[in-house]
Amino acid sequence: MDAKSYAICFKPSSSALKRSNTTRNWYRVAKLEQLKTIGRELTKGSQGGFYQSKEFLDLVKSIGEARSKAEEDRIVLSEIETLKRRISEPDIPKRKMKEYIIRLVYVEMLGHDASFGYIHAVKMIHDDSLLVKRTGYLAVTLFLNEDHDLIILIVNTIQKDLKSDNYLVVCAALNAVCKLINEETIPAVLPQIVELLAHPKEAVRKKAIMALHRFYQKSPSSVSHLVSNFRKRLCDNDPGVMGATLCPLFDLITNDVNSYKDLVISFVSILKQVAERRLPKAYDYHQMPAPFIQIKLLKILALLGSSDKQASENMYTVVGDIFRKCDSSSNIGNAVLYECICCVSSIYPNPKLLESAADAISRFLKSDSHNLKYMGIDALGRLIKISPEIAEQHQLAVIDCLEDPDDTLKRKTFELLYKMTKSTNVEVIVDRMIDYMNSINDNHYKTEIASRCVELAEQFAPSNQWFIQTMNKVFEHAGDLVNIKVAHNLMRLIAEGFGEDDDTADSQLRSSAVESYLHILGEPKLPSVFLQVICWVLGEYGTADGKYSASYITGKLCDVAEAYSNDETVKAYAVTALMKIYAFEIAAGRKVDMLPECHSLMEEFLASHSTDLQQRAYELQAVIGLDAHAVESILPSDASCEDIEVDKALSFLNDYIQEAIEKGAQPYIPESERTGMLNISNFRNQDHHEASSHGLRFEAYELPKQTVQARIPPASLASTELVPVPEPMYPRESYQTTTVPSVSSDAASTELKLRLDGVQKRWGRQTHFPSTSTSNSTSLKTVNGITQVDGSNTANSRTRETYDSRKQVEISPEKQKLAASLFGGPSKTEKKSATGHKSSKPSSHMVKSHAPKSSMEVASEKTSVQQPPDLLDFGEPTVKSTAPSLDPFKDLEGLLEPTTQVSSAVNHSSTAAVTKSPDIMGLYTETTAGAHHKDSDILSGLSNPPMTNMVGGTTTMQVAQSSKGPNLKDSLEKDALVRQMGVTPSSQNPNLFKDILG
Amino acid sequence: MMIHFVLLISRQGKVRLTKWYSTYSKKERSKVLRELSGVILTRGPRLCNFVEWRGLKVVYKRYASLYFCMCIDPDGNELEILEIIHHYVEVLDRYFGSVCELDLIYNFHKAYYILDEILISGELQESSKRTVVRSVAAQDSLVEAAKEETGSTISNIIAHAAK
Repeated sequence: MDAKSYAICFKPSSSALKRSNTTRNWYRVAKLEQLKTIGRELTKGSQGGFYQSKEFLDLVKSIGEARSKAEEDRIVLSEIETLKRRISEPDIPKRKMKEYIIRLVYVEMLGHDASFGYIHAVKMIHDDSLLVKRTGYLAVTLFLNEDHDLIILIVNTIQKDLKSDNYLVVCAALNAVCKLINEETIPAVLPQIVELLAHPKEAVRKKAIMALHRFYQKSPSSVSHLVSNFRKRLCDNDPGVMGATLCPLFDLITNDVNSYKDLVISFVSILKQVAERRLPKAYDYHQMPAPFIQIKLLKILALLGSSDKQASENMYTVVGDIFRKCDSSSNIGNAVLYECICCVSSIYPNPKLLESAADAISRFLKSDSHNLKYMGIDALGRLIKISPEIAEQHQLAVIDCLEDPDDTLKRKTFELLYKMTKSTNVEVIVDRMIDYMNSINDNHYKTEIASRCVELAEQFAPSNQWFIQTMNKVFEHAGDLVNIKVAHNLMRLIAEGFGEDDDTADSQLRSSAVESYLHILGEPKLPSVFLQVICWVLGEYGTADGKYSASYITGKLCDVAEAYSNDETVKAYAVTALMKIYAFEIAAGRKVDMLPECHSLMEEFLASHSTDLQQRAYELQAVIGLDAHAVESILPSDASCEDIEVDKALSFLNDYIQEAIEKGAQPYIPESERTGMLNISNFRNQDHHEASSHGLRFEAYELPKQTVQARIPPASLASTELVPVPEPMYPRESYQTTTVPSVSSDAASTELKLRLDGVQKRWGRQTHFPSTSTSNSTSLKTVNGITQVDGSNTANSRTRETYDSRKQVEISPEKQKLAASLFGGPSKTEKKSATGHKSSKPSSHMVKSHAPKSSMEVASEKTSVQQPPDLLDFGEPTVKSTAPSLDPFKDLEGLLEPTTQVSSAVNHSSTAAVTKSPDIMGLYTETTAGAHHKDSDILSGLSNPPMTNMVGGTTTMQVAQSSKGPNLKDSLEKDALVRQMGVTPSSQNPNLFKDILG
Repeated sequence: MMIHFVLLISRQGKVRLTKWYSTYSKKERSKVLRELSGVILTRGPRLCNFVEWRGLKVVYKRYASLYFCMCIDPDGNELEILEIIHHYVEVLDRYFGSVCELDLIYNFHKAYYILDEILISGELQESSKRTVVRSVAAQDSLVEAAKEETGSTISNIIAHAAK
């Protein structure tokens, strides 16, 4: 590895003049090319332009105009029928076939099944003409997954194409390799791809690297011997190849940091050169030197410097440089800044860099852009691990984000709060989380936030009371979503207490739990998991403190069993709880009077279809018939935490066995000594591979030697080592077998866990059913949240507004309180001024948010104030003001065209006045107002210097651009073409013609 | 894997392009499309360009009436993905010459070819616009050559006129 040589390679080889010349030439050629194409398309218009037939254009058009999903489906289905018929005709010309395949791709893209045509796509890649081959490769990469049966038919062609003289053929094949080659077929192409690493064309080298990267992801061992090749490619002359090499290196380093510590110096040196603009200008992006490569390098450095002081010290200078050089007004600059923060928070801490990171974070948080706030919150979460005090400066910004109407930002903030929870602020944070949890319908996130609440509550609960209440809230609102283990943990916690040897505290905990549960049972509908907890607790402790009578508790339990009569798990819990109550009564010497409803319940259960319920009912009957002494020993009170000694050897049966053997029975043969029987003990062991070898094997042949080696997935390495390389088998099989037993082992682990719970200890059978309850409980709650959200939006913005206006004078006491409780201290005055400064800016748009559609002036004011600093968004305000009201196919909203257009026109002119490109924007207005749908090329029109630079950078370039600019010819031609095809209800779908980059 | 899939959805929820780098079954694909277009198309302006979704993150950006969406792992750099999207759009713009949605509707296969030069197996393959456009142009030139042989004379005349 010679980083210096790399530097030499990257010396700016061509002068600025030369570069601009080549750019210009290229551009002229491209433009001519385009004109040519359009010309050709125009001439073919009647038969269908864009190289496609009228039929296909009609299809696309009719789908575009379909008014409903059903109509679209009908059109696509009839297209499928047509294609099915046509494609199997004999002697189809290649060109026609190519079009059919493209049509198949279209049909698949719309979500329909085109599998009948896959084989034709596969046939196409065999074709000699690259033109046809390319279409074939495109189709197969889109149609097939790596486990498709047809792959085997493709490998041969790929092998052949990788050897082609034409580098374009090789590139097409490499694209397919990345998508389609699976673990089994890696060995078939690997040697050729390694050869291609030295191909003269950089495009080929780059794709070869990416292919090897893909192989590494699929099967790390297959390319483990190629690490030196990656290192070599890091010094490739072509920055694209070097950049691509960073992908596999990143993965390699993630898995084994220590083997690559020697590369730290090289990476640092490359990053330095990149930051010093020593890469060709073509890699500049919005005036940043090769930012994507910088980001990748920073990610790698973050890995290498993690808890390694020596390595980190090498990085400080360059990371510091990048912090300084980053243009924080562009989006890409902020992307690099964010990556710097991630890097700084991962490597060995350096005070100066931490300071820069903190500065960058505060810029993010103070920004008006939600994106930057989001990144700021995320970055804050990373940095507080190292310097927790930094959170305090930003407390008000954090609270603002927490109350923001944007869900994404809110969730990110909750994530941050989760990371900074302590015992001092746990109550506030968990309360907020629960409130938020109740307000959303997204089950996936609900589950996540519920488990976070539980975790925080378990970890930091200030009191038992609070803990029980919190858990009740979580269960009440998300009970069906939380993991069943959470419920078991709760039961265990109530049974065991908080670990202190304080019996009164424990019994207080139980009493308060019982009390709250009796109260909650009044609610109409409770989640199954929660009911299980309630039943169990009532059974164990319902009568323990003597406050409630047995008949009261049993009555409640019967109510539960009746109210949730279709939930067998709950009923089972209820019966067992009843049994316990009665047993405690009998043991205490009191007379048991079964309630009439309990009697009828038992009768029902005794005849239940569920054998589990039946058995429980019979057990209950039996227990009630026993005397106090017997019951006492079966079900001692408050003994759920006692260990049960199990005599695994079953020694108490010895006499019985002896007797049987004497009578002539066969003695027992231990499992291990039996032959021809499935080795059960192995089955439960980790080595699933062994177990699977006993199953039927459908494969005809075993794999060649190399793949056996390649097959071993990283995760199961440890377990396979124990196996003496049992049997070569296909990876797919190994995949299946590893997943299946993992489920069972998972179940086994829950069983293990369950045994810790009192219930399971005593009533072994229960261990089996709780696992089923999760499946029935994941019903989706689909509530139309639109109106709700709207309401909260306005409410929120209103509160925000009042808050903002007040904040200029003084921060609202409410917020101060919240800040104090979250961050452990009142907000200080100097912070107030900082946020006051911040609030002064958005205040004008705060007014706006009240009356979004009130008047045009306000709209223009909005855009002028909110003109984002981000140069990428320069066109956004226009897009935003027009686009929502305009509809290409006008099928969803029946908006009135004339009015919207006028309003959009006004909007444009007002925006134009504020943005610095009045002429072009004015032109744009004209075109829209006139309802002629020409392309108004905003990109070229904007006199935005960075943008121009990006495209070319010289004056001639700009001339060329402005001729491209409003480009009447271009757009007229496009328009004419489209009219010819009959796709143009032009007054209705201007958006289709709209320059999307504008 | 940096990017799990790329979607182009119009404002009406019509699919313009889908590219799946992770393995999804047909059923999962349509579910993803349904869910995400529901989430993304209803989001208001000025909110984050990111959506957390099933433990992953979807970064989206709207260009005129078209939404470009990319799905990434939760630890990805969202701003970077936004720029990758923009990079793609800029290349499209260069290729088509002020690209509009209609270009992508009728030439979706070309949009795929271009995407294949920018992303490969979910990773950014090439960050130089010039290199991308050149390699697509190189492929096209072969196509052109093939066309030229069979092409009509009128097209040549027009091509000359355009010069």
